Amino acid sequence: MVDNLTPVLTKRWLSPRSWTLKTYEQLEGYTALRKALTAHPDQLIQQCKDSGLRGRGGAGFPTGMKWGFIPQGDGKPHYLVINADEGEPGTCKDIPLMMADPHSLIEGIIITSYAIRANFAAIYVRGEVLHVIRRLNAAVREAYEAGYLGKDILGSGFDLDVVVHAGAGAYICGEETALLDSLEGRRGQPRLKPPFPATSGLYASPTVVNNVETIASVPYIVNGGADWFRTMGRERSPGPKIFSLSGHVERPGQYEAPMGVTLRELLDLAGGMKDGVPLKFWTPGGSSTPLFTADHLDVPLDFEGAAEAGSMLGTTALQIFNETVSVPWAVMKWTEFYKHESCGKCTPCREGTYWLVQILQRMVRGEGTASDIDTLLDVCDNILGRSFCALGDGAVSPITSGIKYFKHEFLALCDQNSQVLAGATA
Amino acid sequence: MSTSEEVYAASPLDPVETHRLVTENPVDTAVFDQSIVDKAQAIIARYPQARSALLPMLHLVQSVEGYVSQAGITFCADQLDLSNAEVSAVATFYTMYKRRPCGEHLVSVCTNTLCAALGGDAIYAKLREHLGSDGKPLGHEQTAGEPGTPGSITLEHAECLAACDLGPVLQVNYEYFDNQTPDGALGLVKSLQAGEKPHPTRGAPLTDFRQAELQLAGFFEGRDADLDGPSAAPETVRGARIAAERGWTAPAMPDNADFPPLPEKK
Repeated sequence: MVDNLTPVLTKRWLSPRSWTLKTYEQLEGYTALRKALTAHPDQLIQQCKDSGLRGRGGAGFPTGMKWGFIPQGDGKPHYLVINADEGEPGTCKDIPLMMADPHSLIEGIIITSYAIRANFAAIYVRGEVLHVIRRLNAAVREAYEAGYLGKDILGSGFDLDVVVHAGAGAYICGEETALLDSLEGRRGQPRLKPPFPATSGLYASPTVVNNVETIASVPYIVNGGADWFRTMGRERSPGPKIFSLSGHVERPGQYEAPMGVTLRELLDLAGGMKDGVPLKFWTPGGSSTPLFTADHLDVPLDFEGAAEAGSMLGTTALQIFNETVSVPWAVMKWTEFYKHESCGKCTPCREGTYWLVQILQRMVRGEGTASDIDTLLDVCDNILGRSFCALGDGAVSPITSGIKYFKHEFLALCDQNSQVLAGATA
Repeated sequence: MSTSEEVYAASPLDPVETHRLVTENPVDTAVFDQSIVDKAQAIIARYPQARSALLPMLHLVQSVEGYVSQAGITFCADQLDLSNAEVSAVATFYTMYKRRPCGEHLVSVCTNTLCAALGGDAIYAKLREHLGSDGKPLGHEQTAGEPGTPGSITLEHAECLAACDLGPVLQVNYEYFDNQTPDGALGLVKSLQAGEKPHPTRGAPLTDFRQAELQLAGFFEGRDADLDGPSAAPETVRGARIAAERGWTAPAMPDNADFPPLPEKK
């Protein structure tokens, strides 16, 4: 029986000066790198496949398979790009990880680069997190000085340069091809796929783009092995995962648990709902994942469990709202976010989010009509699956799920005699 | 015949913005001295291809002027052998590149759904009111005080700042101030206006917007001490602490976890 919490990625966070090379090395740091450099790169890719590690950035794509897509012996440079552009509303796991333990990410980067035969890696980190950027830069510098980066790493003959690249405030750059365009010094707009980054990524060369938490998991898989990794979590979603609880809970924070944990279990650890005010709705993995309600407290939070219950695991960003919050208001606020962050490249998303905001604002002002609900759903239908990238799909999630579970609150807004914001009791 | 009135009438921008754009003086990049050119070249050297340096270089430009001016656009274009239009297209896409001079400090209040529900909207409203003038609250990306002078503050509402367990949050020059209240945030802004530099909840001692932009461009010389200071908030380590108290751990790793055999070539 595995414990309720399984600190792996978070186990060093309590250590003094956890961000320094000295602390990291005292706590098994860079032992996985030494071990990995004794293996053939293809063994590392196979081990990652065997572990069942799936991408922690939201989509859950099998990481080892992604690495395996990189063509070998093609004569082109290969690149590893870390997606550290954490900005999905509710998501707050990579920022604390990089702030507290940047070397775990760097060690994962070196191992992964060795596996995919990349000699240049970039960490694309959102610009608004200066302290993280500072810590990452210092950690990279320490790693160079210790011989973990640069030429002939630890005498292996393997070379790797790592650059920390600060973004400039654009949620869309979390989309991997928009991120690549941005890293190339352009507007961050998504690319048409295929070709996928594995064959035509950064500078049109084979590129792996992975999330911070994904790559930070790699050193533990190398040290512990694939079977050890699979002792945690569930068959198709193995391993530990950082669950971020925020909002109306007594003790919000970061809780690293095996995949498949439920909100009921996490709420118990977090002291329950704040001041005992009952739960109304929550997101399992950021605002782009359809809302859940109090009926979903026992949904296993892994990729399959969340999907079977009608949502997505996303980034395991559990934003928890109590009965005082109006669902249409929350949906309006999220939609304003997507409208602001829509990159403008494709019409369904650019125009759709604009008009969705107009309608929702009008409804929340108390000037809506019941037909507005149909219009909202119609516009959503024209965005979902018809946008260039997943931002459009994410934008409609709060609206369609909000109407699915809380249609009465939207209808109440259209009651011209009502002067109070439906659903809000605060 | 085109008069300036006709230009203003035809512009979708507000008249003040249009006036600024049509009357700006010829571009003079002299403000970017040799030390800035050297830094720009150092940025270019980090990447396999030069154009990747554009985003950090725009941060560098802001460290000099407190915003991206036409001169800043031209400077980047010159350094990277791009056209002004190519650089402008990038600079106008990203929220962090400011098109008007910023105050000594940039205050960013998260008003995304979760922070807003916890008080972020109220914080933003309070700061707008305090920093406004003539009975008008300060607008998004507007500045109270003469930009760049001590105590001047640019205010903005921000999208999710990835600190949701610590909400409502705000940032000053991109350093975190966690678990804010309207009155606490008001006190913070008043301190900044009075020339004080309250310590962030997580982050380095405050400097100013331009210094922060220099660091975003990747230049940290002489600032090693900034690395210290609080990083993990109590919220950050809650799970780790509960596990430590209750003796919960991940299953023990085997002593010698072997690699899988080398896959056969297909």
